[in-house]
Amino acid sequence: MVEIVSPLEPAYRRGAHGNRDGGSRITLSETQPGSIVQLAAWPGREDAMRAVVKTVTGLALDGAPGAGAVDESSAAFGFAPGRWLVVDQAEGAGQTFREKVSADLGTVCDLSHGRTAIAVEGEKAERLLSKFYALDFSLAAFPVASAKSTAHHDVFTLIQRTGADRFDLYVYRSFARSFWHLLCASAEEFGYTVE
Amino acid sequence: MLIACPYCGPRDLSEFTYQGDANRTRPNPMSNDQSAWNAYVYERVNPAGDHREFWQHSGGCRAHLAVIRSTLTHEIKSVAFAREAAK
Repeated sequence: MVEIVSPLEPAYRRGAHGNRDGGSRITLSETQPGSIVQLAAWPGREDAMRAVVKTVTGLALDGAPGAGAVDESSAAFGFAPGRWLVVDQAEGAGQTFREKVSADLGTVCDLSHGRTAIAVEGEKAERLLSKFYALDFSLAAFPVASAKSTAHHDVFTLIQRTGADRFDLYVYRSFARSFWHLLCASAEEFGYTVE
Repeated sequence: MLIACPYCGPRDLSEFTYQGDANRTRPNPMSNDQSAWNAYVYERVNPAGDHREFWQHSGGCRAHLAVIRSTLTHEIKSVAFAREAAK
């Protein structure tokens, strides 16, 4: 496999930054999954595609908009009608799905090098993301494992809640460094740690 | 202005792109009927009230939507997936 190079490298400063009065109330990290795969099902084949996701990853998705599932090494969620993103820390999921998804079921697009995954974690994670997106990030409106697709200015973002105070963000690789700068600047008031 | 996307729920107008009047029917591309093409390209209902129009949730799920919006109040009266509304 071709090595995935982080676009954040020149701007990725590990350690504690920003307001230190309350310690770090935000933790930022690049999760660097080995596989990011987008699946699209032809109309009427959505259930069959979700069954393939279950077979390959073990993650069960229900049919509700934005429904998702997570475990220690992988995640999957719907972000549009008939479309899902599947993320795995291991490489090669794109090839596995290409073998399982027939031409009459849908399409597979391997985005492993095309998206950058950033985890925002901490007691102020909801507050930080509320500064970026016009969405309700409360646990009731945005339950664990569910996902939403939205945009911050022109940076299209897929957001999955992977814990009570943790969100995983997927942004275009070419916008990722600019987005990272803004994320860090916006987290300064809370105090943040880059892992 | 909020538009309630059938997939994503209520979202801000800034996530959507206007895609034009949904009251027109495109003539058969093989047609030489000049008046039909003239009507398709130039003639609009232009109501002071409910207007059927296409929008795309371009900053979200990217679905194309058929929306009925009041041109007087900007109230969004209905939103459906365009492919279902076309059936």
